[in-house]
Amino acid sequence: MNWGSTSEFFAMGGYGLYVWGSFGVTALTLLIETVLVRKRYSDTRRALRRELAADRENQE
Amino acid sequence: MSQRLVNWFKFASPATFYPLAGKAWPWFAALGTAFAAVGLWISFFVAPTDFQQGEGYRIIFIHVPASWMSMFIYCVMALWAAIGITFNTRLSGMMSSALAPTGALFAFISLWTGALWGKPMWGAWWVWDARLTSELILLFLYLGYIALTAAIDDPRRADKAGAIVSLVGVVNVPIIYFSVKWWNTLHQGASVSMTKAPTMATTMLWGMLIMALAFWMYSIAIALYRVRAIILERERHATWVAELPEMQA
Amino acid sequence: MNAFIAIVRRDLLLAARRKSEVFTALFFFMIVASLFPLGIGAETSLLRRIAPGVLWVAALLAAMLSLNRMFAADHQDGTLEQMALSPTPLALLVSGKVFAHWLTSGLPLVLLAPVLGLQFDLSPRSLGILMISLLLGTPLLSLIGAIGAALTLGVRGGGVLLSLLVLPLYIPALIFGAGAVEADMAGLGAGGHLSLLGALLALAAFFAPWAATAALRIALE
Repeated sequence: MNWGSTSEFFAMGGYGLYVWGSFGVTALTLLIETVLVRKRYSDTRRALRRELAADRENQE
Repeated sequence: MSQRLVNWFKFASPATFYPLAGKAWPWFAALGTAFAAVGLWISFFVAPTDFQQGEGYRIIFIHVPASWMSMFIYCVMALWAAIGITFNTRLSGMMSSALAPTGALFAFISLWTGALWGKPMWGAWWVWDARLTSELILLFLYLGYIALTAAIDDPRRADKAGAIVSLVGVVNVPIIYFSVKWWNTLHQGASVSMTKAPTMATTMLWGMLIMALAFWMYSIAIALYRVRAIILERERHATWVAELPEMQA
Repeated sequence: MNAFIAIVRRDLLLAARRKSEVFTALFFFMIVASLFPLGIGAETSLLRRIAPGVLWVAALLAAMLSLNRMFAADHQDGTLEQMALSPTPLALLVSGKVFAHWLTSGLPLVLLAPVLGLQFDLSPRSLGILMISLLLGTPLLSLIGAIGAALTLGVRGGGVLLSLLVLPLYIPALIFGAGAVEADMAGLGAGGHLSLLGALLALAAFFAPWAATAALRIALE
């Protein structure tokens, strides 16, 4: 085990800003990408469902 | 032989690939999460402190895998492009455009983490190191692909134009890398290299490999998810889309 | 081969009728190169050091200016479609157009570069190397540029897009071209750089017309 305490873990031996800046931004950007892709998919699906429902009503 | 060929092309049809991708992506996402957990555990708790670079070297556990991924995704894009041009399959263009944003993102992460690694180690946020410079140019290539495909309205034409760009790019990537390296030696740039860290211990290598696997699984999962959205956007008038269970009221 | 010569002659004739376009690119080259001493300062040793890079970057930008006109006019009046339908291979005609583009936009830069090099106090020997590097490099710019021009044909925002696509691919030419002059000034000999530039030119001369043709066919669909 490398770390004596939690604060030591977050300090990263003085490199905290750089290490957490790297890991944090990586996690954040991947998360943002996931959210955006999910939104793109669900938006498309919702629009298509509405379109199809309208079509069905027109046919009936 | 012909039987096998037919089967392959069956998966190349968006109608069969859409549900397949829907079943596959959660598995890749789960694998990615698991690998990320192991990778992070290795990078923070197993890998010992580097006696020269202190704790700052832990950045390479994402920097190096992200660089690998950005290059690998570009190659995969070019592979899809080649398949698309040879067999004229619709799916390959969709896969290329589903991969491009993720590849660009990894190129960005690689540059970002490179800068954050460089500041404490080299004393500067940006150093014209051969690897970093090539990575920057790779990001430009990704942006060129994305901008071109976004500017063309007809998706089929956009796919084909994108395929040519990515093939031209993949031929150029080694040339660019080589020329930048050549330029770097001429100008006596920084000779410190991240992967030439003094103690390339096996734990470090394992950490990087597992993180690379995590990024790899993430990329597959997100590309499959994105390609599902692209398929729906492009095939909106196909009957099979109307018959999908998620399209019923 | 006759078709190749015919295309080159035709394009040269067309360019001769629209001289202003050729001269605009040349003036641009001159102005950009002259701006650098004004921005950086006129210290001779500094100017000599930055000259190869500045002249090469200015040449890249000047060559870019005329790229989007390489196919645009022929695309608008339907000539390009006739070319695609003609029995002569389109790649041959594209090579002819690329060659004509180099004659009208690349070669003038090569000839003008030594004059601009004098502004930067380059020695006659360096001027010679600069000319050779541009002579090998500018056809490369036209060849790679042709792919970009064909891809952005008829695409909205084509001009800016073209630079985004093409400039990263120009980097090796820039590195070896400017590097040749720098290496020679440092006493390392320019041979290695120039032969690599020549190798790139050979590679591009083989592949680029083919890729540009494929891109043109997409635009014509």
